[in-house]
Amino acid sequence: MDPISQFMVDHKIPIGAWGKAFFGFLTDNFDTIFRAFSNGLNFLLDGLVNVLLVVPPVLLALIIAAIAWLLQRSRPLAIGVFFGLIFIINQNLWKQTVQTLVLVVAAAAMAMAIGVPLGIWAAHKPKVYRVMLPVLDLMQTLPTFVYLIPVLTLFGLGNAPGLIVTIIFVIPTAVRLTHLGVVSVPKSIVEAGEAFGATKSQLLWKVELPSALPTIMAGLTQSIMLSLSMVVFAALIGAGGLGTEINRALGSRRIDLGLEAGLAIVVLAIVLDRMTRIAVGGKK
Amino acid sequence: MTVAVDFRNVDIVFGADQAGSLAMIDKGATRAEILEKTGNVLGCAGASLTVNEGEISVLMGLSGSGKSTLLRAVNRLNVVSRGQVLVKDGDKTVDVVTCDQATLRRLRQKQVAMVFQQFGLLPWRTVEENVGLGLELAGVPDAERKERVQRQLKLVNLDQWSNKYAHELSGGMQQRVGLARAFATEAPILLMDEPFSALDPLIRTKLQDELLQLQAQLKKTIIFVSHDLEEALKIGTHITIMEGGRIVQTGAPEDIVLRPANDYVRDFIANVNPLSVLTAWNVMRDSRDLEHGDNGWVWLDRRKTTRFKIDEHGLVAAAERDGKPAVWVSCADVEGQSEEAAQVFWANPGTSLKTVMLAMHRSQTAPVALFDDQSRFVGAIGIRDVLSAVLRR
Repeated sequence: MDPISQFMVDHKIPIGAWGKAFFGFLTDNFDTIFRAFSNGLNFLLDGLVNVLLVVPPVLLALIIAAIAWLLQRSRPLAIGVFFGLIFIINQNLWKQTVQTLVLVVAAAAMAMAIGVPLGIWAAHKPKVYRVMLPVLDLMQTLPTFVYLIPVLTLFGLGNAPGLIVTIIFVIPTAVRLTHLGVVSVPKSIVEAGEAFGATKSQLLWKVELPSALPTIMAGLTQSIMLSLSMVVFAALIGAGGLGTEINRALGSRRIDLGLEAGLAIVVLAIVLDRMTRIAVGGKK
Repeated sequence: MTVAVDFRNVDIVFGADQAGSLAMIDKGATRAEILEKTGNVLGCAGASLTVNEGEISVLMGLSGSGKSTLLRAVNRLNVVSRGQVLVKDGDKTVDVVTCDQATLRRLRQKQVAMVFQQFGLLPWRTVEENVGLGLELAGVPDAERKERVQRQLKLVNLDQWSNKYAHELSGGMQQRVGLARAFATEAPILLMDEPFSALDPLIRTKLQDELLQLQAQLKKTIIFVSHDLEEALKIGTHITIMEGGRIVQTGAPEDIVLRPANDYVRDFIANVNPLSVLTAWNVMRDSRDLEHGDNGWVWLDRRKTTRFKIDEHGLVAAAERDGKPAVWVSCADVEGQSEEAAQVFWANPGTSLKTVMLAMHRSQTAPVALFDDQSRFVGAIGIRDVLSAVLRR
């Protein structure tokens, strides 16, 4: 090695050690808090899954199809949703699918609950957005495995860490699309609101959010799709569901099992996408 | 007359270096100089203008002249850097520049409504919901809001369309919705920012006529921004011409046409048809400037073809044309008259120049007399007066 490189290597910035020390500090001092949080979340998620599994699968499939009809008012869609779910029952993957469904819906809902207010805030305060942007980039591009490790040490195994990892990965999309929606509200209608004496909150609820709604809904659809794509990773740290099946198929080289679980994920993705797509109706 | 809006030395600068730009304005710097030195954009400088109740005051200028900027200072859509904008608020006046947020909101909800060039309608709302926006923001109860909205929709002939979405309507109809929305708040002051510029010429003319009809009933105070002088002359009771952020001339429409303050205004009016603005009053020669003879006789024209005998009350006692007695007839009846040599037409000060010219045409270029509303003789118009007014010589 040349002397300059050698010199630089000798004076390596100990980023890894710092990070380890930081998480060591967290586990040493706040371990009980993280564990309690994790246990509570696990209890909630498992409870929800168990409640849903009490319902006969075909009845639950019917209920989901009914929700699809309520959201989109489309009979072909409701029928499609129903038969898609019947296919999953037929493949004997119903329990895993319900686990995955709960995880995905919870992750997308949490990501929206956190991401939409952040996106609105960023849209109103360009400086905030400038600070937020690199953090969002980091959350989306840091390889998932890298933050699986600290999440695992803090929260242990189970559904809760799977949910947290998924939320971290999905939030940036919710923030970005909300931000895009709110900053693209035409200036003329914002001014119309102001000129007729809207307060800041009236402006938000009566002008900005309705105008940004299609983009925010696109954010919801994207959040659900991205949550589904995290299912396999979440399974690595103990989240149950279809991801576990795929990991098992990978470990034991079971093409048949992998194909079945993979198809179930695809069906679930299509069902959720069609159900949430442009839920504001056809008008512009 | 009560003052509705009073701009007092209003300076508006967009940018960070307010103090530096204001100092340059005080030295009379132009917009380009200020931009180069400070990087700030001069919106308008030293603008003073008084708008009385019931007037339609038109702000005119090319794009970038600061007319919209000044208009938007009235409801603080643009923040004034220095100066006062006094707006009548019931019995008192409020300085929009310094008032607190609550007062500003109340003014925007109740006193000052606005119509936008790009309509500014909310596309996800129906026509009815759009018209009710101002009332909804002001917290007017549902039942009363519905009732007021329906009344406004009838006023602009859109009551059949109340459940359509804004984007389903044509441009002209969308702007009618914009008008109804502004009328619905019953605000006495109306700001109109090039409201008809985005419409095609036929619809534009139609909406101008409708606005004038509505104004005759509603008697609002309207500040209207336009870049179209024909439009300004048609609807404005007062016209203010702006250039580079500064006011160059303010006056009645005919003042602007007859006495342009500088070359900029002259260029503006170069292509305007003077017949659409001028009245008999603008071109007449005053009675005192006419040539008086004996026994109360006064010559109406320089060629001495026509003369009136005026009694002690200022009324016409006798008329003579080419040495023979003549009758005097109102211009208002010019269409119905046969072409007789022995008649002299008279007009009121407000009679349009066009009518006066028609009267001259019908009477072999005889002069037209001018009577005030008590039928007293005040002056006369000869063919030369008409020609010089039309040719602006």
